[in-house]
Amino acid sequence: MTEDLRPDPDQLLAEVKREQRRAGRGRLRIFFGATAGVGKTYSMLEAARGVRATGADVVVGYVEPHGRIETERLLEGLEQLPPLPVLYRGITRREFDLDAALRRRAGITLVDELAHSNLLEGEPAPRHAKRWQDVEEMLEAGLDVWTTLNVQHLESLNDLVAGITGVRQQETVPDHVVEDADEIELIDLPPDDLLARLKAGKVYVPEQVGAALERYFRKPNLIALRELALRQTADRVDAAAREYVSREPVSRPWLARDRFIVGVGPDEQNEELVRFGKRFADALDAEWLVVSVETPDLLRLSQERRNQRIDVLRLAESLGAETVTLDGPSAAVALLQYARTRNVTRIVVGRPTRGGLRRLWRRSTAEDLLRAAHDLDVSVIAPRANGAMAPAARTSRLEPPGIHWERFGYASLITLVCTGIAALMDPFFSATNLVMVYLLGAAIAGLRYGRAPAVLTAVLNIACFNFFFIEPRLTFAVSDAQYVVTFVVMLVVALTIATLMANVRMQTRVAGARERRTALLYGMSRELAGTRGTANMVRIAIRHVAESFASRAAVLLPDDAGIVQVAHATEGEAAYAAPDQSIAQWVHDHRRPAGLGTDALPGAPAIYLPLEGAEGNLGVLAVLPTNRRRILLPEQRHLLETFAGQVALALERAQLAAQAESARIAVETESLRNTLLASISHDLRTPLAVISGASSALADRELALDPDARVALAGSIAAKARDMSELVSNVLDLLRFESGRVPLRRDWESVDELVGAAFNKVEARLGGHDVEVRLPAELPAVHVDAALVTQAIVNLLENASKHTPPGTHVRILAEAEDDALRLVVEDDGPGLPPGDPELLFAKFQRGRSESDVPGAGLGLAICRAIAEAHGGRARAMNRTGGGARFELTLPTKAPSP
Amino acid sequence: MFRILVVEDDADIRRVLRALLEAEGYRVVEADSAARALVESRSHQPDVVLVDLGLPDRDGQALIRDVRRFSSVPILVLSARTLETEKIQALDGGADDYVTKPFNSGELLARVRAALRRNARSPERSPSLRIGSIAIDLATREARGSNGDAVHFTPLEYRLLVCLARAHGLVVTRDQLIGEVWGPDRMDDTRGLRAYVKGLRQKLEPDPARPRYLLTEPGLGYRLVAEQDEPAPAAG
Repeated sequence: MTEDLRPDPDQLLAEVKREQRRAGRGRLRIFFGATAGVGKTYSMLEAARGVRATGADVVVGYVEPHGRIETERLLEGLEQLPPLPVLYRGITRREFDLDAALRRRAGITLVDELAHSNLLEGEPAPRHAKRWQDVEEMLEAGLDVWTTLNVQHLESLNDLVAGITGVRQQETVPDHVVEDADEIELIDLPPDDLLARLKAGKVYVPEQVGAALERYFRKPNLIALRELALRQTADRVDAAAREYVSREPVSRPWLARDRFIVGVGPDEQNEELVRFGKRFADALDAEWLVVSVETPDLLRLSQERRNQRIDVLRLAESLGAETVTLDGPSAAVALLQYARTRNVTRIVVGRPTRGGLRRLWRRSTAEDLLRAAHDLDVSVIAPRANGAMAPAARTSRLEPPGIHWERFGYASLITLVCTGIAALMDPFFSATNLVMVYLLGAAIAGLRYGRAPAVLTAVLNIACFNFFFIEPRLTFAVSDAQYVVTFVVMLVVALTIATLMANVRMQTRVAGARERRTALLYGMSRELAGTRGTANMVRIAIRHVAESFASRAAVLLPDDAGIVQVAHATEGEAAYAAPDQSIAQWVHDHRRPAGLGTDALPGAPAIYLPLEGAEGNLGVLAVLPTNRRRILLPEQRHLLETFAGQVALALERAQLAAQAESARIAVETESLRNTLLASISHDLRTPLAVISGASSALADRELALDPDARVALAGSIAAKARDMSELVSNVLDLLRFESGRVPLRRDWESVDELVGAAFNKVEARLGGHDVEVRLPAELPAVHVDAALVTQAIVNLLENASKHTPPGTHVRILAEAEDDALRLVVEDDGPGLPPGDPELLFAKFQRGRSESDVPGAGLGLAICRAIAEAHGGRARAMNRTGGGARFELTLPTKAPSP
Repeated sequence: MFRILVVEDDADIRRVLRALLEAEGYRVVEADSAARALVESRSHQPDVVLVDLGLPDRDGQALIRDVRRFSSVPILVLSARTLETEKIQALDGGADDYVTKPFNSGELLARVRAALRRNARSPERSPSLRIGSIAIDLATREARGSNGDAVHFTPLEYRLLVCLARAHGLVVTRDQLIGEVWGPDRMDDTRGLRAYVKGLRQKLEPDPARPRYLLTEPGLGYRLVAEQDEPAPAAG
């Protein structure tokens, strides 16, 4: 396969994602027309009746009958969902009932007017702002939907349609909704027929737009709209054909998709640019990014203008663009840098509308780009003549964030000081030198107090200089024209310095803001990284989000049933105590943000972000801002999303850790069970074999056993039964200890008695071992459970007798320590096996792998468990003189309750 | 001939016990439930009752208390329950000793013999006691070693010894000992008891670190094993 035939991975990925999204998703069929009145609803209903006749489950979700008789007749006999009454400004309106449709789960649901806007301020409040979002939700729920749409409602054609008809559509549908539709049926009606229908009163005309509509339904408009609709449908057919071809990689080489950037700036025709970008992207079949650069210029803009950027970026997203916000001193530099990192081939910017003097010393972004972008195409888009999109940008441009009146005071003070100094100098110096003093004053004002105060200082300086020191003195008259030059220079110097300073300050602010954001993010990430457990992470996340966004925050986590609940750690001042459960659930289920400033339920007071992990949604972050506008700023919104990403990452880490832990425990339990089964089955079967063999021999009357043989057999049975009994009681003891609920029956006991009792118990089994008890005369009493400690000593003695050859000398010693008593069982046998002595105390460990030693290796484990239950410990080591030494340390003080 | 009532719901264990006890020359009466056991203990007037704690109709602990209401017959518990609390409860409820399953036949028979000695009707009851090499005349309170030298006990030691000797072969709980020797108001004084046991061992035992006669039952109490031919009990 040659290079050319290799599929573009990005495109393949997009294809795979699309396929995944389609799987389980409902199918969308759009009845598409050029304008109202072409009969979309009629055709849809007719088609619905058609499929219903074949037995399909068709339900009319919502159809606006507009009082048309034809439509109403078609509705007859079709199941209709009752419309949802919505109280809006005192009037009850009928709306599509999304929840009812979701509950009904019809095979096909008919929802008229895809571009319809829901009544956001209605009661009950709708879940989504737009009907197409309702439809999306139904599709995601796997329900098929049929709907209708006019071409003028397509987002990317908004400008074009406005240009043709002079009416700007407020109700638009993002192009991707139409692009993702499974089927588009064009309902076409020639303009003459439409006009005839209009005249016959068969087209619904809302009264309030009657006059505008008259202009709208003119024949040239209708022809243009019809052409748009036909072209749109043809493009789609073309795209479908290309997509089909592209699935056959051999038949056609895969080409890397073009990628271009649309740069939106502070004073360019942004929305128009974005719409152009969409059409351009469609024409080129290219990917596109909409990039906004935060420059000092931008920060100087009014709050209102800055907020407009949010709308532009959101529009771009709805048109399928990727949106990016960059920081930088210059838009051109930032755009170029970013373009190179993303392999972009073209940058689209608007042509600046500013003119006049400013143009002389400030180049526009477009000009900067044209100079610097040697390897990239730059497209400069001219603004439309009817540029309704560039409203009073200029008015707010120079408006400072707040007017500091005191600065004007200081500026005036500077003039006063300058005049004083000049008056002192006047007798000795020429007027040229006095001017320098004033110039210095103007420069200082520019440096310290900003542009407007600097201008004030300059003007006042000129006035004072003129008034006091230029002949004729004490008048504003100027005898010498040369001084005009002085005035102008002073003004320019003051302004230049002030502007330079303002820029420096602004850039510092930009850098500062960026740094602050990085610091905030870093602060939270670091704390999250250093913590464990979901509850702690939630607490940290809430605190940081609340601090960074001047808000209250809550984290909602899903329970086992997938129902999100406010996490327990959501508490304290920073906590948002009562987030909307249903919104959070929706966000969790759909993995999409909702609430304030989003597409879904924008009327809610808080913003809800999904915490998305690699394998599903981990929860929801709810943020209730104190300043609603501030959180809507794109940079804030992006920062918040980044925060959510960090929190999700941390939560996922916690979950993975918990899973790993439980997996580890499962593995350990599994291996323990296997060892237990192997060990016990061996240790039970061996004595059982002896018992059943010997007892069946004894029971056999025909077997002529002499009395000695009988006794020997019976002896084996007794011995093996005892082994089994010991094993069973060991296993039971261990289970008791593992369950963690062994009540200690502590009493004051003397060690010699415990040792004596242990010795009595084990004596018969010590075989040929020589046991010596060597206890000091005075030993402190120990506060222990006598039966358990005796058992521990018995186990140590048995361990010694099992693992040393007969004739080995075993010694029991005891030593008093501070607050503790150490019991020692040591021998002069072969010593401990090589390896870590600690392993001897693990369950099912035998010092050596010989399997003729009964007991399943539980004795020492029980011994240690007993010691630890008493607050003591058990250790093993080799004696210096050869042999093994086991120590059992027990506290001699009663534990404080 | 002594009658022994075996209260046990498992038929195989009853068969083994019957074989064992009859081989020793006792008459065996069987009961497979607590209700049956009450009837048999009244009608047969057994000399020893062997009781399993896990009975189908009632708990053996309750049966022990019921039997104690009308009879002072020695009761031996034979049970798979190994917890000390169960043993203490049975002993406090009136049982005379406790043998855990699985049991050793020699040990069980020794306990039965000890229980029969305990029985007031027992002709084996004698005024003298032999512990190892030491002979004690309970009537005259004189003790002599094998060489004929007198062994001296303090009054409390002697009372402790007598108390243990009366139950000779059977376990005596700490509470029982303290109650009998010091009185019920000194119940918590296990330290004193331990000191006197130690003192007794010094006088009775050839090797006090490895006692043969005055044995400790960890968590329960003490047992005096006088006859040298008896094997050291390995119960636990």
